[in-house]
Amino acid sequence: MNIFVCVKQVPDTETKITPTGDGSFIETASIKWIMNPYDEFAVEQALLIKQANPAANVTVVRVGSKKDTEALIPALAMGADEAALVEAGDNLDSYSIAKALKGAIEKTGKKPDIILAGKQAIDDDCLQVPQILAEMLGLPSVSVIVGFEMNGAAVKVKREVEGGALEVYEVSTPVVLACNKGLNTPRYPSLPGLMKAKKKPMATYSLSDVGVSEADRRVKYSGFRLPPEKPAGKKFDATDAAKQKDVVGQVVGLLRTEAKVI
Amino acid sequence: MDFSLSAEQREIRELALKFAKNEMIPHAQEYDEHGKFPTEIFKKAWELGLINACIPAEYGGAGFSAIDGVIIGEALAYGCMGMNTSFMANDLALLPIVIGGSDEQKKRFLTPFTQEFKIASFCLTEPGNGSDAGGIKTQIKDGGDHWIVNGEKMWITNAGYADLFVVYGTIDPNLKHKGISAVVVDPKTPGIEIGKKEDKMGHRSSDTRGIRFNNVKVPKENMLGKPGDGWNIAMSTLDHSRPLVASSALGGAQRAMDLSVHYAKERNQFGVPLAKHQAIQFMIAEMGMKIEAARLLVYKSAWLCDQGIRNTEIASYAKAFASDSCMQITTDAVQIYGGYGYSKEYPVEKLMRDAKLIQIYEGTSQIQRLVMAREILK
Repeated sequence: MNIFVCVKQVPDTETKITPTGDGSFIETASIKWIMNPYDEFAVEQALLIKQANPAANVTVVRVGSKKDTEALIPALAMGADEAALVEAGDNLDSYSIAKALKGAIEKTGKKPDIILAGKQAIDDDCLQVPQILAEMLGLPSVSVIVGFEMNGAAVKVKREVEGGALEVYEVSTPVVLACNKGLNTPRYPSLPGLMKAKKKPMATYSLSDVGVSEADRRVKYSGFRLPPEKPAGKKFDATDAAKQKDVVGQVVGLLRTEAKVI
Repeated sequence: MDFSLSAEQREIRELALKFAKNEMIPHAQEYDEHGKFPTEIFKKAWELGLINACIPAEYGGAGFSAIDGVIIGEALAYGCMGMNTSFMANDLALLPIVIGGSDEQKKRFLTPFTQEFKIASFCLTEPGNGSDAGGIKTQIKDGGDHWIVNGEKMWITNAGYADLFVVYGTIDPNLKHKGISAVVVDPKTPGIEIGKKEDKMGHRSSDTRGIRFNNVKVPKENMLGKPGDGWNIAMSTLDHSRPLVASSALGGAQRAMDLSVHYAKERNQFGVPLAKHQAIQFMIAEMGMKIEAARLLVYKSAWLCDQGIRNTEIASYAKAFASDSCMQITTDAVQIYGGYGYSKEYPVEKLMRDAKLIQIYEGTSQIQRLVMAREILK
């Protein structure tokens, strides 16, 4: 069984984001990059499947620039068998990333049975790479999964929907699954695992190696700006019962004229 | 000259810091408040290979360098200086075996620590002898086919949980330093009385106790080196352990600084964030400067260790400077937090209490200066 896990490297959640001078992207020089947290659930799920099927092979794939601390390394340290990196800029659109992932998966020569990814990357929050990838590969996909079971050649997955309800799907493999928090508890990479990770195969490709060119770009980012600073909140004193009516009037008035929410 | 860490060292640091942030920081306050020993967290850290960094690869260890060790130490202390004292005590107790043990002893004592989760204690200090370690009163007598240990030890980290003690004693008090010897003792041996847990100001999660040895029989093959080798083993252990203890002060100081910077940007006074006030900026600048200098000393003292160059002087610089800086930085962190800093609801008062101990154990800041002066003036 061949399992692929698509991971993205994203700025640490505590990063202070600064747009570049020309607004074409964000400053990446001083960013601390981490593995996209949702992708950790995908890596863990792949390793859980491997535990139950020791013959399974887990390949982690990433598209993006070379980083100071490579996210594929902790994935290998957690227990993945091999890795592939497609070197590219960090501001590709979802379509190009999906196409590059498809190309990298095909480059390995392994026929995928299960492809896992995080449901979204926490940097651009596009929530579409797994679905586009599935479409390109002609495979079924289920997103936002919080439960997983192997069921012969099929998988049974639970998917979260609005209001906390769960949908249960039985899908034939090969399949693309986009993982959500709650699916499992990702293990830590261990230090001995880290030492072993160095000896595991890691292939590196360029975008042209995997058949992606600038012509594949569907979305061009025209400007990155910080959101306007939030003004401080207003406090209203309604402790004096006699003045409460006035205060309520003021609040309603401001909600109409200033906040324009009613 | 290259000041950068290798890719592998950066990965080790990331991994250890992730553990510190996810598994230690969220529980540090609770363990501190109740003086609870962090068995589960300790075990989890062991499972990830973060404990016993000093065990060489040929005995089942990961084969970390001293620099790797201080990188891990700093990260774990960032999580909690108190818990890290318990973790670090394993290295401190196993180092004398790494340094002075025979191949057979290393296999017998070190390898089991790589195979299952075990805890060790380093037993040097006595009720009457702290800084004056040469004045050890505990006696190790030749009992024919075994040694007989009698005496009392004090402030022994992990004592109530240990699977192994390394005990320093003297074969003859008249021989002074030349009589000091080290034996490996099974804590379950008859005649060992372990005292009650000390109620400490800081490092409250780490287990600290007195131990009494009453005619404790120790196998002959458990002495490290020859009778009288103990002093050199202890001094060499300190050369290795001081960078590690210094790294712990560094981790605590870094945490205090990170919290201070965060708070100074968030809290407003006189209509602007604290960070806009020069009085606060000066304290934060001082923190950054001291941490950077301490880190260079810590890394250099560990690097010398790895090169096999005697590091006694630099290790004392590192230990004294890092721990004194940690005290100053954690005190200033409380100052920056103001009234909130003095409350147990906020994390900085614990850091200040924890910092104090690092100026005391493993050679006080004053003893470090004696060592420095002796090295400089010799």
